[in-house]
Amino acid sequence: MGIRFILMVNKQGQTRLAQYYEWLTLEERRALEGEIVRKCLARTEQQCSFVEHRNYKIVYRRYASLFFLVGVDNDENELAILEFIHLLVETMDRHFGNVCELDIMFHLEKAHFMLEEMVMNGSVVETSKTNILTPIQLMDKAS
Amino acid sequence: MSGPSLMDSLFQRTLEDLIKGLRQQLIGEQAFISKALEDIRKEIKSTDLSTKSTALLKLSYLSSLHFHDMAFASFHALEVLSSPRFSHKKIAYHAISLSFHDSTPVLLLITNHLRKDLTSTNEFEVSLSLQCLSRIANVDLARDLTQEIFTLLSSNKLYVRKRAVAVVLRVFEKYPDSVRVCFKRLVENLENYDPQILSAVVGVFCELACKDPRSYLPLAPEFYKILVDSKNNWVLIKVLKIFAKLAPLEPRLAKRVVEPVCDHMRRTGAKSLLFECVRTVVTSLSEYDSAVRLAVGKVREFLVDEDPNLKYLGLQALAIVAPKHLWAVSENKEVVIKSLSDADPNIKIESLHLVMAMVSEHNVAEICRVLVNYALKADPEFCNEILNSILSTCSRNLYEIIVDFDWYVSLLGEMSRIPHCQKGEEIENQLIDIGLRVKEVRPELVRVARDLLIDPALLGNPFLHRVLSAAAWSSGEYVEFSRNPLELMEALLQPRTSLLPPSIRAIYIQSAFKVLVFCLHTYLMQRESTTSSACPDNLPSGVSASVSYESFDGLSVEDGGDAAVTHGLTSTSASMTDESIVNLLNLVEIALGPLLGSHDVEVQGRARNVLGFVDMTKLDLLNPSAQEEKGLERKEVEASKTIELMHDAFSEELGPVSLTAQGKVPLPDGLMLKENLGDLEMICGDIQLPSSNSFSFGTPSNEQKVGVSFSNLQIKEDFEQSNESTSLLAEHRKRHGLYYLPSGKSEIISNDYPPANDHTSQGNVNDNSDDLAKLTEESLFPKKKPNHAKPRPVVVKLDEVDEKPIAMKKPEAKDDSLSGAVRDILLGSEDVIPTSSRSNLSDKPSSKRRGKEKQDTDPHVESKENLVDDGNPNSRRRKHRSHGKERRHKSPRKKNAEEREDNGQKEKEKSTHRHGRHKSRQRADELLNVSPQTPVIPDFLL
Repeated sequence: MGIRFILMVNKQGQTRLAQYYEWLTLEERRALEGEIVRKCLARTEQQCSFVEHRNYKIVYRRYASLFFLVGVDNDENELAILEFIHLLVETMDRHFGNVCELDIMFHLEKAHFMLEEMVMNGSVVETSKTNILTPIQLMDKAS
Repeated sequence: MSGPSLMDSLFQRTLEDLIKGLRQQLIGEQAFISKALEDIRKEIKSTDLSTKSTALLKLSYLSSLHFHDMAFASFHALEVLSSPRFSHKKIAYHAISLSFHDSTPVLLLITNHLRKDLTSTNEFEVSLSLQCLSRIANVDLARDLTQEIFTLLSSNKLYVRKRAVAVVLRVFEKYPDSVRVCFKRLVENLENYDPQILSAVVGVFCELACKDPRSYLPLAPEFYKILVDSKNNWVLIKVLKIFAKLAPLEPRLAKRVVEPVCDHMRRTGAKSLLFECVRTVVTSLSEYDSAVRLAVGKVREFLVDEDPNLKYLGLQALAIVAPKHLWAVSENKEVVIKSLSDADPNIKIESLHLVMAMVSEHNVAEICRVLVNYALKADPEFCNEILNSILSTCSRNLYEIIVDFDWYVSLLGEMSRIPHCQKGEEIENQLIDIGLRVKEVRPELVRVARDLLIDPALLGNPFLHRVLSAAAWSSGEYVEFSRNPLELMEALLQPRTSLLPPSIRAIYIQSAFKVLVFCLHTYLMQRESTTSSACPDNLPSGVSASVSYESFDGLSVEDGGDAAVTHGLTSTSASMTDESIVNLLNLVEIALGPLLGSHDVEVQGRARNVLGFVDMTKLDLLNPSAQEEKGLERKEVEASKTIELMHDAFSEELGPVSLTAQGKVPLPDGLMLKENLGDLEMICGDIQLPSSNSFSFGTPSNEQKVGVSFSNLQIKEDFEQSNESTSLLAEHRKRHGLYYLPSGKSEIISNDYPPANDHTSQGNVNDNSDDLAKLTEESLFPKKKPNHAKPRPVVVKLDEVDEKPIAMKKPEAKDDSLSGAVRDILLGSEDVIPTSSRSNLSDKPSSKRRGKEKQDTDPHVESKENLVDDGNPNSRRRKHRSHGKERRHKSPRKKNAEEREDNGQKEKEKSTHRHGRHKSRQRADELLNVSPQTPVIPDFLL
């Protein structure tokens, strides 16, 4: 399934976006997010961006105050996921213009749609920023 | 609750209001949210779709970020979904994909909504519903919407088609029959040149191939083409993953892809693709030496990189390659060892694994030395990680890599002294295990044990208690190797042993007993060998020896202990003086006296045993009141007899017994093992488990002698108890004889330690025992490794213990049906010809040539694969390097002749195409694998 979930968490450990590609109950999600956030936020810049947790591999990257955490299957390519995170940030940057935590908070739905353009069923389907953003702009116009 | 009023709707908070409110709230987040939820519950009942959808949006927000259940709104979400307005639909789809799952009750109602949107002309609506379907599809939805998906798979809108492709994965998973409808179109999309479609399709196949690679072998040519032609790194990574799965199944395929993979490795600037190539090579193409060398070269670049990510991945890649190409790790030894002190615990662990992979019997000592040094400096967690890997690596396959057991035993001792060590239990097991298995190591083991026991500081560390218990046990069991048993005794009885848990203290006492018996025995031997004239007269402390232990309080215990320590240093086992024996006996009395009141039955019972024994020997051996020559002689004889007996009992060798030894005992006639086991539970209720240190008296003759001498000696208290329990046991046996093994088998005692058996006494027991003995002996075989400077000692091994049950993993039924369906589609199930007839048809060189490699697949599948060739229409224009693809487009009924012609043509084409080198190899294959019976598989890459 490749990507199992994508989380955006701020420095304080509050979840700002959570997208799961497999069904977990609220309680499972809460526990999982708590554990992962605790594990990843404690790590320093000098440490690598990969953490194994339960049967997931977490690939994460920090941008300013936001952590982007992606839970993947064990045989997923970690570096590609890092690139994916970067692409996601760039895409949001292009859309919001210098994206920050507040943009994601107040436009959570839009952030979700962006993710939906990029990832489907746990695999990356679109990697061109233009292709990702065009439908979103069109949908904005349509509604 | 009534619905919201018009005012409510007018002044409804938007999501933005909610978020702002949440940031500025003063009443506490939880309170604010529950208030907001209350509003939402009202608003969502509104008939106005805008109000409803806003409420749903807010609810989705709270659900996804604050974990509030939104199951109550499922039906409302469906209502919003039916709105004609796109913005409402968007909200509804978002809410549904967030909250619906397989057991949502209203899931049944969504089918028609989805169908409507899937057939909509608005591509965004289609896309939303596809997206939603990819998250929530269950069997019913997948089945009911297969037709729509099928249509969308060839939609001319790329945007829609891409999503339809992606959703197929979920549909296949849930409803494998949909493969029959959709698979062909999916494959057609594989030939699509649009990068968007391609990346979606490859993603789907990557997932499918991970689950069941074999079914997708026929598509190898398409994947190969993508591997060679594609410029998109995302796609290439996925294709590499597919080949990593396919290549091990088909050696010829591996041979074909190894070059392109290496090309990518050389050319690419993208680290992600580079790493994927490396991983593909080390996992699936590790037979190709040049490729592995290239990959290892790249791994080295990763390892020396500043970026911790690359370093980590480099170490991981090395770990994959290590089992087959250890040189790769050795070449990078310095980096790996250096990484042990990296800032990142993950990197440290990876490098630790690699270091352990390098261990062999030649370098185990050096590596362990390095690691122990690291462990001393490391944080507790990593320290134990290191210790754990040393312990598990060294004990692997019954200490396969250990040649010098003396060294290893002292290493174990050293490891237990590392401040953070928490591996007491494992060290305990290994110390005892080695003691039992390796005779030669026992002197060293006793020395190590003595060093551990004698250090009072260690008793304060609860993590070490298990190690100490092993040390105590081995020093008692192998006391004959001790240089100074008296000193050992003092260590075992030192006051700080009160810090030990009772179970371990009991082991200490039992070991003290063994040491005591040994000392007395030595003493007697000595006296016998010298002239026994003067000894009893020279007892200065005889009077004090008769002081009853009740008079000692805690303080005097301490004093006695200290005094004994100074004394102990001067004595050696070589000269057991009368004085030392008296001191020894006093020490035992002083130390164990207070334990008679212990609350722990084990401790109390054992202390009583020892003291009883001391009492007895003291009275007989050293009592000055019995100075009378004749009486002394007589009593002494009795005492020495007892000591002799005890000594014999303790020096019975314990050996490891196979776990399955019991099973090898032939079942005596008339014994119903499986009958009435329900009663047994009830009966077992009153039987205590044997204590961890229990020992057997071994031979029946011994037992008898003990019994006799006991009765002669008239030392009652303890032994009466034991007699009593014996008689109870006998009675029990009489009543429940059915559940007892025939007598003589009692040597097998279930134990905390590896079950032990005294095989020295096997000769003189009865028949049944004889069988057991023989079997045990059969299962014991020494293992020797020649050509060492110092010969490796014999490690007693039990063959069955090492046998691991081979777990057969059963593929899941669902996967089966999915891959079955895929095979049917790919290979044309409607033309299945029974294998027998098929082999008649294919007695033809070109077909024979193909009968390769796949003997292990079941004939049914093979016969199907076989038929792939039938459908290769000659008229079709051949594409460069993609014959296999055309094989799939088959017209169902083809004549055999046509197939033959077809094959022939292919063969020709191939040989012109691939030139001589391959031709000759194929010839060789031909010769090697010609076997008319072997079912045939298609040649994918010619």
